[in-house]
Amino acid sequence: MSNLKVQNNKAWFMVLPVLILVAISAIIPLMTVVNYSVQDSFGNNEFFWVGTEWFQEVLGSERFHNALIRTLSFSGLILAIEIPLGILIALAMPKRGWGVSVCLVLMALPLLIPWNVVGTIWQVFGRVDIGLLGHGLASLGIDYNYTQNNFDAWMTLILMDVWHWTSLVVLLCYSGLVSIPEVYYQAARIDGASRWAVFRYIQLPKIKRVLLIAVLLRFMDSFMIYTEPFVVTGGGPGNVTTFLSIDLVQMAVGQFDLGPAAAMSLIYFLIILLLCWVFYTIMTSYDRDEQSGGGGKS
Amino acid sequence: MASIQLQSLAHRYPSAPGYALQPMQQTWSDGGAYALLGPSGCGKTTLLNIISGLLTPSEGRVLFDDVDVTELSTEQRNIAQVFQFPVVYDTMTVAENLAFPLRNRGINKSEIEKRVNEALQMLNLSHRANERARSLSADDKQKISLGRGLVRTDVEAILFDEPLTVIDPHLKWQLRTELKKIHQRFQHTMIYVTHDQTEALTFADQVIVMYEGAVVQIGSPEQLFQTPQHTFVGKFIGSPGMNILPCAFDGENALFAARQFPMQAATEPGGDRFELGIRPEHVRLCESGGIPLAVTALEDVGRHVVVRGEIEGVALSALVKDGVAIPANPQVSFEARHISLYADDYRVGGGIA
Repeated sequence: MSNLKVQNNKAWFMVLPVLILVAISAIIPLMTVVNYSVQDSFGNNEFFWVGTEWFQEVLGSERFHNALIRTLSFSGLILAIEIPLGILIALAMPKRGWGVSVCLVLMALPLLIPWNVVGTIWQVFGRVDIGLLGHGLASLGIDYNYTQNNFDAWMTLILMDVWHWTSLVVLLCYSGLVSIPEVYYQAARIDGASRWAVFRYIQLPKIKRVLLIAVLLRFMDSFMIYTEPFVVTGGGPGNVTTFLSIDLVQMAVGQFDLGPAAAMSLIYFLIILLLCWVFYTIMTSYDRDEQSGGGGKS
Repeated sequence: MASIQLQSLAHRYPSAPGYALQPMQQTWSDGGAYALLGPSGCGKTTLLNIISGLLTPSEGRVLFDDVDVTELSTEQRNIAQVFQFPVVYDTMTVAENLAFPLRNRGINKSEIEKRVNEALQMLNLSHRANERARSLSADDKQKISLGRGLVRTDVEAILFDEPLTVIDPHLKWQLRTELKKIHQRFQHTMIYVTHDQTEALTFADQVIVMYEGAVVQIGSPEQLFQTPQHTFVGKFIGSPGMNILPCAFDGENALFAARQFPMQAATEPGGDRFELGIRPEHVRLCESGGIPLAVTALEDVGRHVVVRGEIEGVALSALVKDGVAIPANPQVSFEARHISLYADDYRVGGGIA
C-alpha cells in the first residue's frame, strides 16, 4: 500500500505545468487585484493598508448601485428577448435538405464579427445623418437619436446585442432539436399531442441542457459587455448606458483610482459567479431530484 | 376496435426505385392478433406506418371497419403504437405519461384518473405511479408506451413495431405473456411486427410473412410450418429451415437425384423452375434403400442432432432424435405427404403418400 502511495504522489508532477499556467494566467493577476483592493497608494510605489475600506466605499456608493442596476436590467432584457427568440428561430429552421446549411451559415455570420466592429457597424447604422437605421427612422418622421435620447440609446444597444448573439442561442437549441429521435414525434402524434404539448413535453426537456449553456453564456457575456456600448454610446447619454464594465474602466484608467477599482472588480467577479451558480442550480434542480430520488439513468 | 382492410395497397418511396411494398389485398379481422414477420428491409415497418397513418401510401386504400382512412392523419385514426425504442415523456411521472393521451383529447379529470389506475394495475405499475418515467428500466418504459394505448377506449388497433428489441432476454418472455393476456382480456386488434419467428409464432393467431415487400403467406403457425406457400417461408420458419432441392417435374412426378416422387400438383410441367421442399423433421435416415447422403457436419443441439450433408452438391439437413444412432454411410428418404412442390418459389402441390 505504502509503495502505491509514493508512486501516486509522483503524478502531481504531471499536474505541475497546468498549475503553473493557471497560476500565471489567473491566480497571480487576481491576487494583484486583491492586493490593490486592500491598500491605498499616493504614487512612488508607496502603499498603505486600508482593510475593507474600498469595499465598503464601493458597496455603499450610489454610482455602483446605479451601474449594477443598469447592468442587471440589460442582462435581464437580453435573456428575455434572445432565449425565446432563439428557440423560436431554431424551431422554425428546416431539419433536412439544402436549407439547413444555408440557415446555419446565415446564423453563424454575426458570430464571426469582432466586437468592436459590431459596435462600429451599429454606431454608423444608427446615425441620423448617414446611418440606414437612423436616417430611415428620421425620414419616417420618428424622432430617433441614440446619442441624446435615453430610450433610443438602450434600444440600439439591445437591438445590436440581439442581432449579434441570438444566433448563438439558435445554434445551440438547433443542435439539441435535431438530436431528438423521430419516434418521439410519431408517438406524440399517436397520443394526439398539440403543437404546444410537443414543445413542452418533448422538445423543451430534450434541449434543456444546451439551453442551460445558452443562458449561462448569454448571461455572462451580456453582464460583462464592454466593447460594443463603449463604441456606440460611450456610456451615454449622460451615464444611462454606463454598465459596470464601463464604469470600472473609467474608475481604473480614467481616474486612476486603483484601490476602489480593484475592490469593484472583485465584487463584480463575485456577482457573476453567484448569479451563474443561481442559474445553474435552478436549471439543474430537476436532474438532482431525479438522482437523489433513487432512479437509474436510462 | 375495428377490422382492417388493405385494398390494392402499395407503396414506393420517391427516393428509391421500385416498390417498397408490393400491391396487396388484405383483410384482417376485428380483435385478431396478427404478426408481421419478415427479415429486415422486407417492408413490414412501412406497412405498419401506413396503417398508423405516419406514412401515406402511394397507391391503394386503407379501411377501418369499411371506413376509408387512407387520407386521415394519425391523430384522426385512433391508433395506438408501441415503437422499437421505448418512448416516454421524460419530465412526467408514470401516471402522467398514461394520462397524456387522454388529456390531449380533453377527457375529464375523474375519468382520466379511473382509466389510468386501471391501466397501472393491468401493467403491474401501480407502485411506481408517481415516479419519474425516465428512471424506469427499458421493459417498464415499454409497458408505459403500451399503457398509453390501453387507457384509450377509442383505439381501433394497437400496433407493435419490434417492441422487444431492447428488452433483456429473460424479460421478453414475461412481457410477451403479459401482452398475450391483455389481448385475451380486451380483444384489441393487435398487429405485431417482428423479425423473430418465436415472437411471431407465440404471439399471433395469424402470422403474415413478408418477403421483399410482398406478403408471401398468411396462416396459423401450424400452417406456416406444415405447408409453406413460398420457399422463403419454408426457409425462414423452423430451425433449421426447410430443405429446398432443385428438381424436374413431368406433370406427375418430381425428379430429384434420379428418384421419382409422385406429386399432386396444379401446374403445367416444364417451363418453370421447380423445387422440392422437405423439412429436416421429415427427413428419415436409413442404412439402405434411400438416397446416399454425404455428411459434412453434425450439430448436437440437445434434444436432437442436426445432420448436415449434401446430395449431388445440394445441401440438406435432417433432424435425428438424441440417442438414435446415425448410420456410418447414411441414406435418406422423405416422408411423402410432407413434401411440397414449388414452381418459381410458390407452392403448387404436395407429395402423395
